[in-house]
Amino acid sequence: MTSAAHTHLLKMRRRLFRRKLVLVSIIVILVLVALAILGPAIAPHDPSRIDVMNRLTPPGWEYLLGTDGFGRDILSRMLFGARLSLFVSLLVVLLATSLGTLAGIVAGYFEKLDGPIMRIMDATMAFPEILLAIALMAALGPSLFNVVIALSVVYTPRMARVVRASALVVARMQFTEAARSIGASSPRILLRHILPSLLTPIIIQATFIFAYTILAESSLSFLGVGVPPEMPTWGNMINEGKPFFVQADWLMLIPGAAIVVTVVAFQTVGDGLRDMLDPRLRDID
Amino acid sequence: MLTYTLQRLMSMVLVMAFVGVGIFVITRTIPGDPATILAGEDASPEAIERLRRIHGLDQPLPVQFGIWVREVVTGNLGKSLYFEQPVLRLLIDRAQPTIFLTIFALVLAILIGIPAGIVSAVSRGSVVDQGILGGAMVNAAIPSFLLGLVLMQYFAVERNWLPVAGYGPPDASILARAAYLILPAISLAIPNSALIARMTRGSMLDVLGEDYVRTARAKGAPAWSVFMKHALRNASINILTIVGVIAGSLLSGVVVIETVFALPGIGQLVMSAVLRRDYPTIQGALIVVAGVYVLINLAVDLLYAVVDPRIAR
Repeated sequence: MTSAAHTHLLKMRRRLFRRKLVLVSIIVILVLVALAILGPAIAPHDPSRIDVMNRLTPPGWEYLLGTDGFGRDILSRMLFGARLSLFVSLLVVLLATSLGTLAGIVAGYFEKLDGPIMRIMDATMAFPEILLAIALMAALGPSLFNVVIALSVVYTPRMARVVRASALVVARMQFTEAARSIGASSPRILLRHILPSLLTPIIIQATFIFAYTILAESSLSFLGVGVPPEMPTWGNMINEGKPFFVQADWLMLIPGAAIVVTVVAFQTVGDGLRDMLDPRLRDID
Repeated sequence: MLTYTLQRLMSMVLVMAFVGVGIFVITRTIPGDPATILAGEDASPEAIERLRRIHGLDQPLPVQFGIWVREVVTGNLGKSLYFEQPVLRLLIDRAQPTIFLTIFALVLAILIGIPAGIVSAVSRGSVVDQGILGGAMVNAAIPSFLLGLVLMQYFAVERNWLPVAGYGPPDASILARAAYLILPAISLAIPNSALIARMTRGSMLDVLGEDYVRTARAKGAPAWSVFMKHALRNASINILTIVGVIAGSLLSGVVVIETVFALPGIGQLVMSAVLRRDYPTIQGALIVVAGVYVLINLAVDLLYAVVDPRIAR
C-alpha cells in the first residue's frame, strides 16, 4: 500500500472513531437529560429522607449507590442533582449565549460600538472566573438563580468574543453589502443575514460553556458560595462528602464521576461539531 | 512597534478603568453593613456611626469611589476594615503562597503538557495519540478541588508522604514550604496540562502541514530533524499564547485550591474578606489580581509581536 493511501486510511479510521465517540457522547447526554426529567418519578427514595440507622451504607441492593452521612439515598440525590446541575447549566448557556451573541454581533457590525463593548468584555475577562463569580455571589446572595446570573456574567464575554470575530468577517461579505445596498435596515441585516451565518460558532461555543458551567457550579458549591446547601447539586454532594472521605469515599467519587462524564460528553460533542461543521479543521486531526 | 505598544497600553488603561468601576459596583452591592459587622454584636448606634465616619463609609458613593481611585493610583489601596492595615501590606503578606503555587503549577503543567502534545502529534492517529487525547479530555474534566482532596487523602492522610494542608510554621524555609505546595500544584497542573497538550498538538499539526516542512521532507531531511528543527521551533511561538490563556485558568483554580489545602494566599484573603464585608480588601485584591492578569496578557501580546513582527503592523 502506498504511503498516501495508508495515511488516508488512518485518517478515515480516525474520523470514524471520532464519530463513534461523538455518537456515544450524544447518547450519554440524552440519557442524562432523560434521568434529569424523570428523576422524581424513578428515584427509589425521597432524596432528603434522613435514615440515621443506615448512614454511610456502601453501595448495595437496598441503596444502589449507598447512603450519605445522614442516611439519605445517594442514587435519589444524584437524580435530583442531575436535574439541578443540568438546569443551572442550561440556563447559564441560554443567558450567556443570548447576551454574548447580542454584544458580539453588535460589536462586529457597528464599528463605533466595537471598542466600548469589547473593552467591557475584556474587563470582565480580566478577573479569574471563579473569583468574579465569588464576588458576584457575595453581592447577589446565595440562591440558585443568582448562581445562574453570576456564571452568565462570567461566560458572556467568551461568547461575545467568538461571535464578534465571526461577525467581523461576515459583515464584510458581499451578501451583507448587497442587503445594505437594497436598503435593508440594520436589525434586519443583523438578524436575517449575519446571525444565520454565525450559528456554527455559537452552537460550538455553547456546548463548551455548558461543560465549563458544570465545573464552575461545582467549584462554587464547594467553596460554599454556590447553590444553597440544602439543594443536592453534584457540587454540594461532593462538599458534603468531604468529612467522610476516609470511611466512605463514594460520597465524593460518585458525584465527581458524574461531573467528569458530563463534562467529557459535552466537550466531545463540541469537538465533534467543530470538526464536522468547520471544514478547515477537518484535515488537521 | 511603538504605535502597537502604545495602542495596547491605551486599551489596557481603558480595560482597567472598567474593571475598577465594576469592582466598586460589585462590592457596594454586597448586602450587609460593614460598620455594623465591624462594631460587633452589641455595639451602640453611636459606635457604629463613629466607625462609619472613620472609614469614610458615610460619604456619598461617588465620593467614596473618588477616594478609592486616588488610593489605587497612589498604590496603597486603602486600609482594611478588619485588619487595621493597608490592603497593600495584606496582599504582599499573602502573595507568596499564591505566586509560588501559580508558578509551580504552570511549570508542572508545561512539563507534562508540551511533551504529551508533541508525542501525540508525532504519532497522530495511533493508539498512543488517542490515549493522550482521551487522557487529556478526562483530566480537563476533573474538578481540581476533587483531585486535590483525593490526592490529599492518599498521599498525605493515609501515607503521610507530604503535609496535609497549610503552609508550615511562620519560620519555615522556602524549601520546607515547597513540600506544602506539591499536592496543590499537582491538582492545578493536571487539568491545565491537558489544555496545553491539546494546544501543543494542534499547533504542531498546523506547522507540519506547512510548505517548508514538506520541502524539508522532500530534500530528504531525517524525520526527527524535520520535527525538531522545522516544526517544533515554529510551533513554539504558540507556547506564548498558551501561557496567556492558562494564566487566567490557573489564577481561577488557585482560589479554589488554596481553600482545599488551607494555604494562606490571596484567594483565602478574598474569601474571608467577602464574609467580613471588608470592602477595601475585596476591592484591592480584585483589582490587583485583574491587573496582574491584564499585564500578563499585555506581555504576551508584546512578546508575540516581537517574535512575529507582522502582528504589530
